[in-house]
Amino acid sequence: MSRDAVLSAVNLTRHYQIKGGPFSKPATVKALNEATFELYPGQTLAVVGESGCGKSTLARVLTMIEPPTSGKLTISGHEVSLKEGQRPPAALRREVQIIFQNPYGSLNPRKTVATMLEEPLKLNRKEMSAAERRQAALDMIAKVGLRPEHADRYPHMFSGGQRQRIAIARALMLNPKILVLDEPVSALDLSIQAQVLNLLADLQDEFGLAYVFISHDLSVVRRIADDVIVMYFGQPVETGPAEEVFTTPRHPYTQALFSATPVADPNRRRERVHLKGEPPSPLAPPPGCPFAPRCHLATEACTQADPPLDSVNDRVKVACIHVDQAVAKYARAG
Amino acid sequence: MALLDIEGLSVRFQTSSGLFAAVEGVNINVDRGEVWSIVGESGSGKSVSMLATMGLLPWTAQVTADKMAFDGQDLQQLSSRQRRRIVGGEMSMIFQEPMSSLNPCFTVGTQIDEMIKQHLGGSRKERHERALDLLAQVGIPDPARRIKAYPHQLSGGMSQRVMIAMAISCNPRLLIADEPTTALDVTIQAQILELLLRLQEDTGMALILITHDMGVVAETAKHVVVQYAGRQVEKQDVKSLFANPRHPYTEALLSALPERAGDQDRLPTIPGVVPGQHDRPTGCLFNPRCRYATEHCREVEPVAAPDDPARTLCHYPLEDGISPSPAAAARDNPQSSPHREVRP
Repeated sequence: MSRDAVLSAVNLTRHYQIKGGPFSKPATVKALNEATFELYPGQTLAVVGESGCGKSTLARVLTMIEPPTSGKLTISGHEVSLKEGQRPPAALRREVQIIFQNPYGSLNPRKTVATMLEEPLKLNRKEMSAAERRQAALDMIAKVGLRPEHADRYPHMFSGGQRQRIAIARALMLNPKILVLDEPVSALDLSIQAQVLNLLADLQDEFGLAYVFISHDLSVVRRIADDVIVMYFGQPVETGPAEEVFTTPRHPYTQALFSATPVADPNRRRERVHLKGEPPSPLAPPPGCPFAPRCHLATEACTQADPPLDSVNDRVKVACIHVDQAVAKYARAG
Repeated sequence: MALLDIEGLSVRFQTSSGLFAAVEGVNINVDRGEVWSIVGESGSGKSVSMLATMGLLPWTAQVTADKMAFDGQDLQQLSSRQRRRIVGGEMSMIFQEPMSSLNPCFTVGTQIDEMIKQHLGGSRKERHERALDLLAQVGIPDPARRIKAYPHQLSGGMSQRVMIAMAISCNPRLLIADEPTTALDVTIQAQILELLLRLQEDTGMALILITHDMGVVAETAKHVVVQYAGRQVEKQDVKSLFANPRHPYTEALLSALPERAGDQDRLPTIPGVVPGQHDRPTGCLFNPRCRYATEHCREVEPVAAPDDPARTLCHYPLEDGISPSPAAAARDNPQSSPHREVRP
């Protein structure tokens, strides 16, 4: 491939130890299991799944907030090797920035917009003068579609959409290569959501940013993603180019997820792939494939071993031993 | 006669800066067995209007209506004792946050039992049987065990099922569901919506679903009320609403949906934000964000035309996707029209 991946993850895994108490045994929660993917400049990788599937754990590992338990993470050609409690090199930290879901909780209420935007420069660009920092903050404010007079206001004076713009501006101050977006629009109203998505698309074109877009909203993902990872219970169950995964979902969970998503078209009545029950407890994982207890195609063999992520063709990988059946059945249901 | 008949409902709150009209001019008439939806963004007054109908607003709220009747009884004339008999029994409601709507100190069984005891009565044994039956009806596995569970032992989806069991325990004729699936995952959302629709069909009750999700509206409701900034802007049946929205706000909202944007490079957006308490514009509340707005819209508050079945709150309701507003004509053909507007 001619381009170099700006981020690559190989078998990235994150486990949490839960201490035993007087009434419970110690346990291991496998929040993230063997995630492997590559991210290229100017591309968007979407991570899709329900709550508790490890999406946010992945975000924390990618941003080096937490070290992976095992696996290899490479950012701009540098391998990140961290021990528990060790801090990553500042140079790598600057490359990856994160934007959180809740713009009400992620901005310091006691700082003005300009102060928040200048702070990363103060810490990382010691050579800049106060006037240069101020100018850089004002430039960024204009880039994200706010007005200069907003610079000296406090977060409570802004609406949800504007706050998300501030969070985006803050993340971009150090010219990162990668932006991890953890549900960036799900707290916003529909009309504001479209504004923020357009802004993100513009910024990606302008700076050649790579996005890791974590979301549960499939209509948004379909619109902006180049590649998709569908996760269930901490594991990727299907990965591939967004267009292909959306046209031909192959894993029974992906199919169920897609058909459960309401479509804004009253003339369309679909046969749903029914999903029984709820996701299993991470403290008591089911044997074999974690999706087997809810899967309509599950057989005896599914409970024997956890299926690995296998290539279906040179683009798509699926972790299911009944892929062919699943595809055939989904095609019939139409 | 409609089951729920509301005309000109308004709710005002006394605030430090004067009266604030959270809801104004809402009309809804729900017949037996109908599924309605109230859709709008945050701050559109959709929850407040239904809470007013239920009589669940605090005393600071001033609720007025030209007509507010449930099954022929005027809700405004009833004593609070009479009203309590209807609310929870014949007309019940479920809320957005299932986890915080249940009392954490009591078991699920106790809380369902309280509803039945209050409205239907019966012996302890009969009530217990009924509670078990309800839990089975809403699809909770192993009801005999779950009836002894405390809310913290249940997942979000299970808690919402318990809320539904409580709401339908007295065979209501109207169920109001306020964003019942917003806090839930999509696969669980699909289960809950399916459950609500199945119960609605089985019992023949009417259902009002409050939501902000156009997908949920399209898949569940038959009739839709669209609200914006406390005003009801239009009311149509679901198919014609999606095919031919009458109000520019509805049109803009639908085109902002990522799945309807097609291959366009950018998503169509609605500029600006929903006006808050202090920055309400004069004239039509939507005019600063409306692409068809004229000088007339900025000065005069629109009223719905009496012969318009959709009761569109607009000076220039759309006809088959085309706005008769001079601003629209001016935009399409900037040279020929003298009404050309300079937009800020």
